[in-house]
Amino acid sequence: MSQQHEPHHHHDHDDDDVQGHREHGAPLTEVELRVRALESLLVDKGLVDPAALDAIIDTYETKVGPRNGAKVVAHAWVDPDYRRRLLEDGTAAVAEFGFVGRQSEKIVVLENTPTVHNMVVCTLCSCYPWAVLGLPPVWYKSAPYRSRAVIDPRGVLSEMGVTVPADTDVRVWDSTAEIRYLVLPERPAGTESLTEDELAALVTRDSMIGVAKVRA
Amino acid sequence: MNGAHDLGGMHGFGPVEIERDEPVFLHEWERRAFAITLAAGFLGKWNIDMSRYAREQMPPAEYLASTYYGHWLFGLEKLLDDTRLVSRAELQATLKGGAVQTPVPAAGVRVLAARDVEAALRKSREAKADEDVPPRFHVGDRVRTVNIHPIGHTRLPRYARDRRGVVTLDHGVWVFPDTNGTGRGRKPQHCYSVRFEARELWGADAPSRDAIHMDLWDDHLVPA
Repeated sequence: MSQQHEPHHHHDHDDDDVQGHREHGAPLTEVELRVRALESLLVDKGLVDPAALDAIIDTYETKVGPRNGAKVVAHAWVDPDYRRRLLEDGTAAVAEFGFVGRQSEKIVVLENTPTVHNMVVCTLCSCYPWAVLGLPPVWYKSAPYRSRAVIDPRGVLSEMGVTVPADTDVRVWDSTAEIRYLVLPERPAGTESLTEDELAALVTRDSMIGVAKVRA
Repeated sequence: MNGAHDLGGMHGFGPVEIERDEPVFLHEWERRAFAITLAAGFLGKWNIDMSRYAREQMPPAEYLASTYYGHWLFGLEKLLDDTRLVSRAELQATLKGGAVQTPVPAAGVRVLAARDVEAALRKSREAKADEDVPPRFHVGDRVRTVNIHPIGHTRLPRYARDRRGVVTLDHGVWVFPDTNGTGRGRKPQHCYSVRFEARELWGADAPSRDAIHMDLWDDHLVPA
């Protein structure tokens, strides 16, 4: 899922913590203590099944992610009939791949073209099409993206490496309901000989949010 | 409510920062907070709109200083306390290492079993409504959003209140979050994609070719 983000600002996370354990015996932070206490209370009261927690985490860490959406996009690129179905009824066309579920009750697909650039945000929380893209990245949930995407979309796009010509329409989709938006990015030139799988490998998560172009 | 969650159009947060390697969860506590929030949601004691409203009630200064899963944790603690499934007193006692009584869970809760997780996560139908409610608007209609500032929950962002737009899609009949999130009923009605010109929202300096779409319900709209 690693992508090219050269123009961006990076900040590191606590690598010791990512694997789910602390290697140096550092004291737990307040938020860690609270989550641990809440989880133990829920389990002790029989309100959550610990094995269910593991299954939920496994689903979103290993099964559902942006590769789902990439398959949909690549298929739409090679099959004009599927592309038509996808744009007419995104929910049904995505479900043909078996991609259904939470945070994807209704999916609307937005086609990017040389004259129209669509991008997706949720200013009020962080709504995101989980069934096709998995859980959202941190930047999508962050105050800078949520605040600026609607008032300065071209500035945000420029920072993220996408220059939109002045004569191209920019459409920002603020996900204020349970409808989830997936961008169908433009197929890059020079990919005529690629197989569907090879095309899917080119499709990045960010291109399906509308903040990147697909590169050949 | 005019809370810190309603971020659209605010200035000063700086550039969009991209995490290196972008793991699904940055920390183990986020992984646990995510899982217990989803699992507790299946108890059936609240709906997704109530979940969002609970997070919105985090005090603004805390909300802005917190991470996404910090908002989730605040919301879950509030919902569990509101529904008396886990009180704040019990949580405090556990944090202090005290013994906690184990009351019988409230009647009417269904606990998500591990074997049901896959099917449960593949099910999404919770906000689409079956009721046959006639639409008040049609594609192409010019509309104006209402000027409301409810203390409760609303999905009409502050930056789009009392603004003119055009209906571009009719999504059908959906539960109305503004009432459903505060326990005042589902109030099913049509939800539409409404297109607003950037200049209508942000003034004459905005690019003339830019537009913002958002999904709004009949109760958010009047004819323009």
